[in-house]
Amino acid sequence: MLATMNDIQEGYGFEIVRRQDFSDVTYLLEVRHPLMAKAARPGQFVIVMSHENGERIPLTIADFDRAAGTVTLVVQAVGKTTREMQQTCQAGAHLHALVGPMGIPTHIGDARKVVCVGGGLGVAPIYPQARAFKEDGAYVIGILGFRNKDLVFWEDKFRACCDEVILCTDDGSAGMKGFVSDGIKQAIAAHSDIDEVIAIGPPVMMKACAETTRPHGIKTMVSLNPIMVDGTGMCGGCRVKLGDQVKFACVDGPDFDGHLVDFDDMTRRLRRYKEEETAAMTRWSETCRMESPQTTL
Amino acid sequence: MAKKRTVRTIPQQRTPVREQDPRERATNFAEVNCGYSEAEALLESQRCLFCADPVCIAGCPVGINIPDFIERIGAKDFRGAYDAIGRTNLLPAVCGRVCPQETQCEGECTVGDSLEPVAIGRLERFVGDRAIAEGWANLPHIEPAGRRVGIVGSGPAGMACAADMAKAGCDVTVFEAFHEPGGVLRYGIPDFRLPNEVIDAEIANLRRLGVKFQCNTLVGRLFTIAQMIDEMGFDAVFIGTGAGYPAMLGIPGDSLNGVLSANELLTRCNLMRARDFPAYDTPIPLGRHVAVVGAGNTAMDAMRVSLRLGAQNVTCVYRRSKAECPARAEETHHAEQEGVVFKWLTAPLEILGDDKGNVRGMRCITMMLGEPDKSGRARPVPVAGSEHEIDCDQVVFAIGTNANPVIGQTSRLRLDKRGYIETDADLATSMAGVFAGGDIVTGAATVIEAMGAGRKAARNMKAYLGIREPGCDLAAATIFGIQASERNFARILSA
Repeated sequence: MLATMNDIQEGYGFEIVRRQDFSDVTYLLEVRHPLMAKAARPGQFVIVMSHENGERIPLTIADFDRAAGTVTLVVQAVGKTTREMQQTCQAGAHLHALVGPMGIPTHIGDARKVVCVGGGLGVAPIYPQARAFKEDGAYVIGILGFRNKDLVFWEDKFRACCDEVILCTDDGSAGMKGFVSDGIKQAIAAHSDIDEVIAIGPPVMMKACAETTRPHGIKTMVSLNPIMVDGTGMCGGCRVKLGDQVKFACVDGPDFDGHLVDFDDMTRRLRRYKEEETAAMTRWSETCRMESPQTTL
Repeated sequence: MAKKRTVRTIPQQRTPVREQDPRERATNFAEVNCGYSEAEALLESQRCLFCADPVCIAGCPVGINIPDFIERIGAKDFRGAYDAIGRTNLLPAVCGRVCPQETQCEGECTVGDSLEPVAIGRLERFVGDRAIAEGWANLPHIEPAGRRVGIVGSGPAGMACAADMAKAGCDVTVFEAFHEPGGVLRYGIPDFRLPNEVIDAEIANLRRLGVKFQCNTLVGRLFTIAQMIDEMGFDAVFIGTGAGYPAMLGIPGDSLNGVLSANELLTRCNLMRARDFPAYDTPIPLGRHVAVVGAGNTAMDAMRVSLRLGAQNVTCVYRRSKAECPARAEETHHAEQEGVVFKWLTAPLEILGDDKGNVRGMRCITMMLGEPDKSGRARPVPVAGSEHEIDCDQVVFAIGTNANPVIGQTSRLRLDKRGYIETDADLATSMAGVFAGGDIVTGAATVIEAMGAGRKAARNMKAYLGIREPGCDLAAATIFGIQASERNFARILSA
């Protein structure tokens, strides 16, 4: 897998080659970037700018295909930018900026039995890790959590690379009724020799996972996705507290020991642009009703 | 010159430069310093004594022939002045604006011994702006050298190195992690000090020299330095990534909402255009009472940006006194004019939050100056019992940077114990063909020092690549008994 200058993107933007909708809020974008597809490793993320006036948002890499030269991102439409992208990011459209892979790749170490936990959108970025552990010969238990059965995606991909899959939904409409932390309890009850738990999802979910494993002393890694601008360590906006240390998620992470992360601090910091986000959302929804949505960028 | 000028015969007063009114400019992002008109530049050029020993040149990190370009301004040969600067400095419009001239060329100026020194920076800017307006560019005849050079980082160090390597005939590609080139000139220095059009013009000049810019490329992670040499066909690499990892104080409350680094504030405002939110999508925290910790150029930029974003009051908190303030004199002066309140000899102890986790104030302590420390500056010592509170709803840290870890994490380059890249005197790193310069080697410094490092690295990269400096003949008259005139060395080109 030699890197050559020919792999470097020419011309404007980064082409979206495939788009798939998992639900009315979750969608997948497969973007052409051969060099990034070669470089990407599980646990890394990218920063995306959908258009020239857009903001830079971090998205964890959900998959990469080195042969096809593409990276896959799974996005949840929650704010102005991600809802706008839901309209504009169709196959054939281009992203204004795409940079990465960023962050320290997940350490696929000596763990022989691992639990890979994904909650909601976090199911996507945990996938390459589950696959990498499986390829490394580990026994992999996948735990996937969704609110209900309509939001479930990639169950088949996990079944193909995991030794066991525990599907959890909040309302019990698919798999077991309960949170992923209940799934972890079930896995721990069935296996006394779990070496590591890796959890990706909303902060509240990762915190619950860390608290579930803490009494058992099982190493628990979480992947943090705080607010970022550059993603290269330059702005410090993504700083998180680990015990008495301060780390930058973009260059010191994004993977950290879940038993050390101060999730309450992180959750509070994630809300710091709440007002602006709401204002942008309102303004955008209003203009949307007046204009027909763009289909290309 | 008909008659030799002396300190007595030249205009005694330094020609003032027009500036936007402080009250008005503190509400807009247009440039503060309007620059010299032609008449003003001509007048100021009359103040240069053309010293036999031009000490100003020694004060310039890139050694611009200052009396030469000033003489040409005096003769209204502005193009000639531009060419004179262009021999050593590619970016006069940038340097005329952001160099700390008072500690460099103007600090050495002989006129400055008895009067105010010649306004070299303003004259340089005049020439740079004229060049942009006229579309001048120094495009020397470039003979292809058959060498490929990769440059990591498009800030001042990378731009200066790229220009020199391109002029030496190399095929130069500059890699930038952001979506636009320019580095700190783009994301850090605000428009009212360095307009984007100036950066665009300078980058266009580099493109005319054949330099290619590749944005959205995080070197180290997308490909490594070793891959650039081993797989991508670069014969030499220059690393000018900048220090880029802002220091936080590590005091209680520094993760409260409303506490941010100057880098974050400036990047959101300048590069991401958050000041035009919601027309641009990036939000920016808007403090009404902003406290900025630190008193360097970055701190001044953060304070003045905060004013322009609508802050009612902005306070500078600095643990030393005004005499130790490291900012460029003009910046401190401008900040004062615009209404920044300076609290010298004050150090933060704790940032206070409300029940929602937002900043509501800062507890500080008064300092006094004690014995000089390692840096030679007086060490600030806390005054017992002087704790007090400052009301603020936003705290910006502008207290310097640490070494960015990305290149260190992804290469086997030797680093020093603080994480900066270790180089020899020629700016060569521990990897063959890889050079480094600027903040990632020295720690945070100035734009012109970074440019100086980029140019120094370029000289040594040319030597490494076997590219002769134009006009520099091999010194020895004979080598192995062969006369200079009979030598017919052909450069060895890579296959």
